[in-house]
Amino acid sequence: MGKKESSLLQLILSLTIITCIAAIALSIVYLITKEPIENSQQKKKNDAIAQVLPDFKGETKEQKILIEGDKDSVAVYVAYQDNILYGAAVETYTDLAFSGRFSIMVGFDNEGNIIETQVLQANETPGLGDKIDKEKDDFPNQFIGKNPTQLAVKLKKDGGEIDAITAATISSHAFCDAVQRASNAFLIIKQNQDE
Amino acid sequence: MNKIKLLTNGLIKENPVLVLVLGTCPALAVTTSVFNALGMGLATTFVLLMSNMLISMLKNVIPDKVRIPSFILVIATFVSIVDLVIQGFIPALSASLGIFIPLIVVNCIVLGRAEAFASKNSVFDSILDGIGMGIGFTFAISIIAFFRELLGSGAIFSHKIIPFDGILVFVLAPGAFIVYGFTIAAVKWLQKS
Repeated sequence: MGKKESSLLQLILSLTIITCIAAIALSIVYLITKEPIENSQQKKKNDAIAQVLPDFKGETKEQKILIEGDKDSVAVYVAYQDNILYGAAVETYTDLAFSGRFSIMVGFDNEGNIIETQVLQANETPGLGDKIDKEKDDFPNQFIGKNPTQLAVKLKKDGGEIDAITAATISSHAFCDAVQRASNAFLIIKQNQDE
Repeated sequence: MNKIKLLTNGLIKENPVLVLVLGTCPALAVTTSVFNALGMGLATTFVLLMSNMLISMLKNVIPDKVRIPSFILVIATFVSIVDLVIQGFIPALSASLGIFIPLIVVNCIVLGRAEAFASKNSVFDSILDGIGMGIGFTFAISIIAFFRELLGSGAIFSHKIIPFDGILVFVLAPGAFIVYGFTIAAVKWLQKS
C-alpha cells in the first residue's frame, strides 16, 4: 500500500480510538438487548417450570441447595398451594455427560414422585445422546412416576430399572445422575419443611 | 471492475466455502438443519458486510503495522453485537447455534475478505463484496444442510418429508465431511462443463 512509516504515538493513538469506539458501540447494544435477553431467559425458565409441573398454577419460590460433595448448587423452585407443599421444579445438572455439562428441569410432587422432565441445555450428540429430550425419544418417560428419594434411579446395567438409550449409555447414565441430584435436593427441602 | 461481477463473484466462482475452502468449521458444525444454516449464514453476512464497509472506510487511517489487530477488533465488535441481538430477539436460534455465533470472530472468511479486499478497495466495492461473499457462504452451507437434514432425518425445516428415520451418519460429523466433499465435487464439475 506504500504508506509511510507511522510513529509509535500514532499506532497507540489509532488503536486506542478504535478500541474506545468499539467499547461505546458494545455498551449501547448491551443496554438495548439487556432486557430482552433477561426476559427470554426468564420466560424459558417459567416455561420449563410450567411443563414439569403441568397442574400447578401460581408462583414458585426459588431456593438454592448445595448438596455435599457437589461443585455447584441446584435451583429448586418450590411450589406451595394454600401453604401446603405441592411439589417442586428442580433445575439440575450433571458433569458426567458425553460433551460438557447438561442441565435439565425435573418436576416432583410432594412425595417426591417424578412428574415430568425437561431438557434445558445440552450438547449431546445429535441422533444419539440427544434422545434425553422427550420430544425425540421415549427414554425420559421411563422416569415419570418413579420416586428417587426411595429407590435411586439407575440404569439396568448398574442394577436399576432404567433402559439406557441404545449407543448412548454415557448420556443415559448422566441423565440418571442429574435426576438423582434433583431428587436429593428436593429431599432436603422436604425435610426442612417437615421440621 | 464490473460491479455486478463483484456481487456474483462470491456465489460460485470464488465461493468462500466451496472454492476457496474457507470457514469450514461452521460449514461442518452448524449444517445439521437448514434453519441453523440460514441463521448462521445471515449472521455471517451481516458481520462481513459491516466489517468490510468499516474497514475500507478506515483503511487510510489505520497504520499498516496495527492493521490486523484493528481488523480483529472491528470484526469482534460486530460479532458481539450480532450475538447479543440474537440472544435477545431470536432465543430459539441462539439455543441451537450456541457457541458458533461468537466463533464467527475466527471465521477465516471475514478476516480474509478484510485483508484481501476491503483494505485495498473502495467502500462501495467492499460493501458489494461483503454481500456477495455472505450470500455465497449462506448458499453453500444451506445446500450442505439441505442434504444432511434430508438424508439424516428425512425432514426439511424440521418438517418430515420422507417417512423414514433417516441415516444417522449424515447427522454426525462424518456425514458433514461426506456431503461437503460431494458438494465441492459437484461445483468443480459444474465449473468445467
